Amino acid sequence: MKVGLFIPCYIDQFYPNVAIATMQLLEKAGCEIVFPLNQTCCGQPMANSGFANLSGACDKNFVTNFGDVDHIVSPSGSCVLHIKEHLHGEDENKARHIRENIYELTEFMVDILGVKKLKATFPYKVGLHISCHGQRGLHLSSMSEIAAPAFSKPEQLLSMVNGLELSKPKRVDECCGFGGTFCVFEEAVSVKMGKDRITEHNSNEVEFITGGDTSCLMHLEGILKRNGSKVRTIHIAEILNCENGQL
Amino acid sequence: MQNNDATMPKAAAPLSHADAASLFIKNDERTNWHDETLWFVRSKRDVAVHQVPEWEQLRELASKVKDHTLSDLDNYLIQFEQQATANGIKVHWAVDAAAHNDIILKIIRQNNIQRVVKSKSMLTEECHLNPFLLQQGIDVVDTDLGERIVQFRNEPPSHIVMPAIHLKKQDVSDTFHEHLGTEQGNNDPQYLTEAARGHLRSKFIESQLAITGVNFAIAETGGFVVCTNEGNADMGAHAAAVHIACMGIEKIIPKAEHLGIFLRLLARSATGQPITTYSSHFHRPRQGQQMHIVIVDNGRTKQLARPDFRNSLKCIRCAACFNTCPVYRRSGGHSYHTAVAGPIGSILNPNLDMKANADLPFASTLCGSCSNVCPVKIDIHQQLWKWRQVIAKEGYVSTGKKIGMKGMAFVVGNPTIYRVAGKMGRWVMRVFPFITNNKKLNPWYKQREMPAPPKQSFRDWYVKNKK
Repeated sequence: MKVGLFIPCYIDQFYPNVAIATMQLLEKAGCEIVFPLNQTCCGQPMANSGFANLSGACDKNFVTNFGDVDHIVSPSGSCVLHIKEHLHGEDENKARHIRENIYELTEFMVDILGVKKLKATFPYKVGLHISCHGQRGLHLSSMSEIAAPAFSKPEQLLSMVNGLELSKPKRVDECCGFGGTFCVFEEAVSVKMGKDRITEHNSNEVEFITGGDTSCLMHLEGILKRNGSKVRTIHIAEILNCENGQL
Repeated sequence: MQNNDATMPKAAAPLSHADAASLFIKNDERTNWHDETLWFVRSKRDVAVHQVPEWEQLRELASKVKDHTLSDLDNYLIQFEQQATANGIKVHWAVDAAAHNDIILKIIRQNNIQRVVKSKSMLTEECHLNPFLLQQGIDVVDTDLGERIVQFRNEPPSHIVMPAIHLKKQDVSDTFHEHLGTEQGNNDPQYLTEAARGHLRSKFIESQLAITGVNFAIAETGGFVVCTNEGNADMGAHAAAVHIACMGIEKIIPKAEHLGIFLRLLARSATGQPITTYSSHFHRPRQGQQMHIVIVDNGRTKQLARPDFRNSLKCIRCAACFNTCPVYRRSGGHSYHTAVAGPIGSILNPNLDMKANADLPFASTLCGSCSNVCPVKIDIHQQLWKWRQVIAKEGYVSTGKKIGMKGMAFVVGNPTIYRVAGKMGRWVMRVFPFITNNKKLNPWYKQREMPAPPKQSFRDWYVKNKK
């Protein structure tokens, strides 16, 4: 299966290992990876700040890079949601094709690839951070507010990893407070929300906090590091791609 | 006991939500307490909701009934007026807050009344009725316990269902000591509630006119329903010679049978109760009593005319979106500087004054929890996003943000510039970390480390290793 790999800009620049893990994971599952070299950003930072009108060049670039790929996969629920909800283009047919065929990584692995087992070992105590856009936007897992049966695509995959001990925070799906530019324009609330998430994970004595969105993890990592914590953040792709239990 | 200045909202300089929130958060212990108190209410809501197997169907029904009603609102309002008038209720129409306040003052003057009791009504808060009546020399007493506490303290309510939720027992004790002469330092809730009860009973007996809100107005019958947990709306209305009920035009539902949907949703969403202690149905004045209804627009028709935002008028004021909002819980209601705070307030208030409330749609991470708990399925977080677009277009965002966004759009809009800028940026961060690691210039760095900049981007790696 031919898969277009969309690597969000901040992952490309700051977390290349997340992208490498995503690519290798998809390759191991039998996908043929296409990585369009001229991709940049989905345009979400501008749009969420009220400047969707400034994301036209991003939209155009995105359609140029991904308009001809069957499936597009990305290790970020947030960026995928943005594309699904807001991508438009001069060639609206191509834009629609992208909107309807872009997937977050765990969603793609569970729903399209039907992954049933993984060759992965990660012998650590890991806390799961559920990212809002993946969950409430893309419905990667059930939501605590909604009266409906429970399910979780990320957990389904994590349960296939040898040695991994998964824990969930008390408030299972509360936002971490990153929120795009919210993290700087509402700095106090943003950091307080992040600290509160970490406190709950700490009470579970986790060694790692994982999730499907590097943006949330970057925010939590920043707080953890500032406070000298030993707890590390790790993207779910890096765990699912970890074969020997070592990082 | 006198409280002639008690209803004036504090004339504090209107801080932006972000600034007010950062002050609120300075008291970490109190912030945690506020967060946990409201989360407790959210948790009670979850328990109640999961006991109703058809919960999601009820939400869908409620949403549809409200959508339908809004699509034919003028006719339903006229039907309501006809039925209410036939029942002997006097119906008044108010185009805005000033008209609403004038109508009420006129009724008070016509009946030569000095003392008024008022049960909970966010509409009267929105219209600033209390300070208006006070200026006219009318003594108005809020009879909801929480409302009375904040009225004593000269504060606006911080929450539309639990107006004094920002206060602790000792705060209430201090306030009652000052205004009701209770024992100093006695924080016993039973003792304090009894003091309030005694105080309010005398107000119910003394007053000649009662103002109440309206939760639901039924077009078919011309009747209306008021929900309280304290019975204070009933005590006021039953004791007074004149009853004035105030409602926004969006309170209409078509038929009495629809109450079965909304009453089941309202209290469960608000507090996790199956139903409010009192759901009082008013249809006509008792013999010798006057009953008035003031139907208020105050910007609602303007909101109705905005396709992206009209369904915010479905709101039944349960405040579930407040209780679930991680930002509200950590910033307190007063940081929203409006009568209706929280996520719903952030999509209603820009309609009333876009410039003054331009900060509110940004006081959210767009996590979407608000939309999920909303019993009438308002797409709150989507509307927050849409308001951001309107506000930026109208020029109500800071120049700094605008320049920043234009700069970012320029960089990520062109693949070559993006790659060069990314490489340069990471190089600068490695070689001159003090440029980004600056607590004054970089809000991220105040309480968070920057991510470690790698030497090569993923694209660099890919080109080297894969192509």
